[in-house]
Amino acid sequence: MAQTAVVNVPKLNKTINVPTGLFINNEFVPSVDSQERIDAVNPATEEVICSIIAGSEKDIDVAVAAARHAFKTTWGKNITGWERSRLLNKLADLIERDAQELAELEALNNGKPIKIARDFDIGDSIQCLRYYAGWADKIAGQTLECDNTKKLAFTRHDPIGVCGQIIPWNYPINMWSWKVAPALAVGCTIVMKPSELTPLTALKLSELVVEAGFPPGVVNTVPSLGSVGGAALAAHPDVDKVAFTGSTVTGRKIMEAAAKSNLKKVSLELGGKSPHLVFESADLEQAASWAALGICYNTGQDCTAGSRVYVQDTVYDKFLAVLVDKVKALNVGDGLDDATGAGPVVSKGQYDRVWGYIESGKAEGARVLVGGEKRNSKGYYVDPTIFTNISADMKIVKEEASIFGPVLSVGKFKTEEEAVILANDTSYGLGAGLHSNDANQCMRVSSALEAGTVWVNQYNLLCNNVPFGGKKQSGIGRELGSYALEEYTSVKAIHWNFGEKLEWPL
Amino acid sequence: MPSTFSYEWDTPAYKGKTSFNTGLFINGQFVDGSNKTTIDVVNPTTGKVVGQIAEAVEKDVDIAVDAAQKAFDSAWGLNASGAKRSELLWKLAQLMEANLDELAAIESLDNGKTFGWAKGTDVSFAIQTIKYFAGWADKIQGQTIETDERKLTYTRHEPIGVVGQIIPWNFPLLMLSWKIGPALATGNTIVLKPSEFTPLTAIRLCDLINQAGFPPGVVNIITGYGHTVGAAISGHSRIDKVAFTGSTLVGRKIMEAAAKTNLKNVTLELGGKSPNIIFNDADMEKAVSWTTHGIFWNHGQACCAGSRIYVQSGIYDEFLKKFTEKAKAIKVGDPFGTGIDQGPQVSQIQYDRIMGYIESGKADGATRVGTDGYFIEPTIFTDVKPDMKIVREEIFGPVGVVIKFEDEEDVIRQANDTTYGLAAAVFSQDINRALRTAHRLQAGTAWVNCANQLHANVPFGGFKQSGIGRELGEYALHNYTNVKAVHVNLGHEL
Repeated sequence: MAQTAVVNVPKLNKTINVPTGLFINNEFVPSVDSQERIDAVNPATEEVICSIIAGSEKDIDVAVAAARHAFKTTWGKNITGWERSRLLNKLADLIERDAQELAELEALNNGKPIKIARDFDIGDSIQCLRYYAGWADKIAGQTLECDNTKKLAFTRHDPIGVCGQIIPWNYPINMWSWKVAPALAVGCTIVMKPSELTPLTALKLSELVVEAGFPPGVVNTVPSLGSVGGAALAAHPDVDKVAFTGSTVTGRKIMEAAAKSNLKKVSLELGGKSPHLVFESADLEQAASWAALGICYNTGQDCTAGSRVYVQDTVYDKFLAVLVDKVKALNVGDGLDDATGAGPVVSKGQYDRVWGYIESGKAEGARVLVGGEKRNSKGYYVDPTIFTNISADMKIVKEEASIFGPVLSVGKFKTEEEAVILANDTSYGLGAGLHSNDANQCMRVSSALEAGTVWVNQYNLLCNNVPFGGKKQSGIGRELGSYALEEYTSVKAIHWNFGEKLEWPL
Repeated sequence: MPSTFSYEWDTPAYKGKTSFNTGLFINGQFVDGSNKTTIDVVNPTTGKVVGQIAEAVEKDVDIAVDAAQKAFDSAWGLNASGAKRSELLWKLAQLMEANLDELAAIESLDNGKTFGWAKGTDVSFAIQTIKYFAGWADKIQGQTIETDERKLTYTRHEPIGVVGQIIPWNFPLLMLSWKIGPALATGNTIVLKPSEFTPLTAIRLCDLINQAGFPPGVVNIITGYGHTVGAAISGHSRIDKVAFTGSTLVGRKIMEAAAKTNLKNVTLELGGKSPNIIFNDADMEKAVSWTTHGIFWNHGQACCAGSRIYVQSGIYDEFLKKFTEKAKAIKVGDPFGTGIDQGPQVSQIQYDRIMGYIESGKADGATRVGTDGYFIEPTIFTDVKPDMKIVREEIFGPVGVVIKFEDEEDVIRQANDTTYGLAAAVFSQDINRALRTAHRLQAGTAWVNCANQLHANVPFGGFKQSGIGRELGEYALHNYTNVKAVHVNLGHEL
C-alpha cells in the first residue's frame, strides 16, 4: 500500500500528513511498473520536503481506465446536475475547513506566503468551486424551430468524457480548481497531472475528493514528469480532451500529440509577455501600484505578469521614480514568515533561468534600476529587477519565452499609435493593462490591444465569472465564467421526426 | 408583545416539538401588528384553533416597505455581490435541511397534507429550489452588444427594488421558496404575505433567515388578509413589482390595482382546469397511475391538477374501472397517521366550496369522512356535459371529471376550449401523436406520459388566463430584473 509522508513545517512547529501514492479510483496506490519517485522541494531552504511516487505511462493507462469506467457508470449522464452541484459544494466546504493547513503546505512547496495562499489562492479556489457548483444543474441546450408540424430539433450539451488536465506550479491549488470545477460541473471525469515541482497539495486535495463523496474514478491524480505523464495523456487514445496550462513550448507538444493520436479536443493556457501602457493622463501613483503588482505578485511567476511597461515620454521620469519606490517596498522572503510579501521562485531550474535572463540583460547593456544582484544565502531568491534603456533586439525584450520571474523592462513611447504597436509586437496575447483617464482613449486602446484580457486602470485581478484566456500563441479556449463550460461540453444536435414521411426516390 | 407558537406531536408519522417566534417579521425582528389584532391558526384535521399569529394591516405594509427600501439601498441590491447573495441563499437552504422534519410537521399541521408528502415533496423541493437559485445569484449576466467601434453598448440586469409577493396555501413553504429564490438571487428585497390559512412555515423560516445572515429588511414576512395586506401590496406606490400565486379572480384585482396605481410590474400564477388526454394506445396501468396522481395529488389542491380527464372511447370502460379502483384505494385520514395518502382540505371555506361543486354536479359518493376536520373523499364524475360548472370551473379539490372522446382533432379542440392554460398531459405510446398533441395544447406545461412533474430548473407558468410570466428555471430571473441598456459614447461627434 502507498504511504503517507509526515511533513515537517519549519517555524510553525507542526507536521502535515501528505499521501504519497498515485490517487486512482479513490485510493492511493503504488505505481504498477515503476520505482521512480519525485522529490518535492522547499524553495526557501532548498531542502527536500518529502518524496512521492512518480507515475509512469502505464499508471496513466490505469487512471484513464478508471476515469472511463466512472464516466460510463457513476458519472457522466448517470448522475444528475443536482448531485454534481451538491458534491462540488461539499468539496468547497471541506477545502474551506482545511484552508489553513492547505495554505501551509502550498507555502512550503511553492514558496508563496501562507497568508496569500490561504486568503487569495485558496479563497479564490473555494469561490471557483462554488461558482461551478451553481452551474452544474443549469446545463441547458436549445430547442430550435425547423418545421413545427414535423420535427422536434434540439441540442444536448453532453459532457465530453474523460479529460486529461495538466496544471502548472505557480498557483497549484488555484489552477487545480480552475480545471476541476467546470469539468466536474458538466459531468466529465478527470485524470489530473499536477506539476512535478508542486504535487503535494493536489494529493492532499484528493483526500478531500474522497471525503466529499465523489464516486471512485471521477477524479484521479497522477503526479509525474511532464515528459512522461503529460505526454501520455496528450497522446492517449482513450482521453477525449486535454487541458493544459504551462509554457508555450510544451503547449505545442501537447497539441501535436493530440493531433497525431485521436484528435482529442485541446485547450491551452500558455505564456504571455503582457504589456502595461501608461498614458500621460493616468493617475501615476495608481499606475505604478498596479504595475508593481503586475510584476511582483507571486514573484512574477504569473502567466499574465506585466513584464513590459511602456510609459508616455511626458510622464516617463515621474512614473519611473514612483515605480521604483513601489517595487523596492516589497519584502521578499520565506513564505512561512508573516512579514513576507513574496517568496522565492519555485525551483533551482527556474532560479537559473531567471538569473540567466537578468545576466543577459546586463550584458546587453540594459540599465538596472532596481535589483539585479544575487543574494548570498540559501533559497531560490530573485529580488525584483527593473531594466530601462531597453532596445527591441535585447534578449529580455525579444525572446518569445516569458521570463517568469520578477523582471520588468520599462520603455518609452510618444504617441498612442506607437504604444499599441509596441504592446502588440509579440506572438503572445494573454493580458494587457492600460492606464489612462481619457475614456475615449481607454475605449480605442482596449479595443486595439491583442490580448485575451485587458485591464483598464487595473491589473491582474480576476473574477471567477469573467472568462480568461489567450489570443495568438497564448492559448486556445477560455477558462472561468460560463465560457469554461463550453470547453468541457460536446454539443449533440437531435432531429426528431414525428411527422415527415419520406418519398423515395425523391 | 411578539409571542411564540408551540406544538408537540406524538404521532405514528412524527414525534417532536416546536416552539418558535411569531409576529410580523420586519427588519429582522418580530413585532405586533399595528392594530394589535391576531389571526387564528386552525388545524384542518380537527377544525380546531391551535394558536394565534399577529395580523398585519395596511400601515404595517408601509413599515415593511420602508425596511425593505432601506435594506435595498444599503446592505442589499447591488451593494451585495452575487457571490454574497449566493452564499446566504445557500446557508438558508442548509438550515432548512437541518430542520427538515420539523418544517414538514409544521406544514402538515397547518395545511393538512400528510407528513410524508410534506417531507418528501414540499420541504425537500423548497430546499432544492433555494439551492438552485443560490447558484444563479453570481451569474446574473447582461450582454455587450456590437453597434460600432466608437461606442460601448451593454445591458445591465439590475434588481427591481422592493418586490411584493403574495403566496397561496396549497404548498405554503414551496411557494415561498419559488418566490424568494429568484427575487433574492437577483438582488431584490421582499415584502411577502403568506396565506392567512397557512402562515406557520413562513413564520418559522424567519428565524432561519436571520441565522443565515441576511441583513435586516431584506426579507420581510407579514401575515394578514388578502383584502387588506394583499390589496395594500398590489396598490403600493413604492413597490415596483408584485408577484402573486392564487385564484384568477384575485389575480385580476391585483393587476387592476397595479394598473391604477404605479403600473408596477405584475406576474401572476393563477388557476387551471388542465386537461389530461388518454389515447387508446396509452399504457393503461401507467396512465391510470399518473391520472390518479394528476388529480388527487395534494387533495386536488394544485393549480396544475389534471381535472378534466379525456379518455378515448376504445379504452374508456376499462380505464374508468381501473381509475375508480385506484381512487377508492386512496386512504383519507389523519395526516400524521400510518398508511394515509390524503389528509383534510385546508379550511372550512374550501370544504364548503368543493362540496358546493359536488352538489352542483349531482354526484353520489362524495360523503364526508368522519365528523371533524375538512375531509373529502376522492370523487369522480362521469356523463358530464361541456357546459357544466364542474367541467368549466376550477374546483381545487379531489374531484375529477371523466369525458369520453373519439378523435384527436376533437379532443384537442375540447381541451383548449377553456380560458385557462396552465398545464396539460397526454398519454400515448405513439410518440409522434404524443408530441403533435403536446405541441398543440395551449398550456404552459405539457406532460407526455407523466403528470405533475416539476423541477427547479424547468419553467412553469400559464397561457391565457392562467397567468403572466414563468417561475422556476432561468426564466424566473426575468421576473425580478430590470434591464438597463447603457450607451457609452466613446468617439461619436454630433
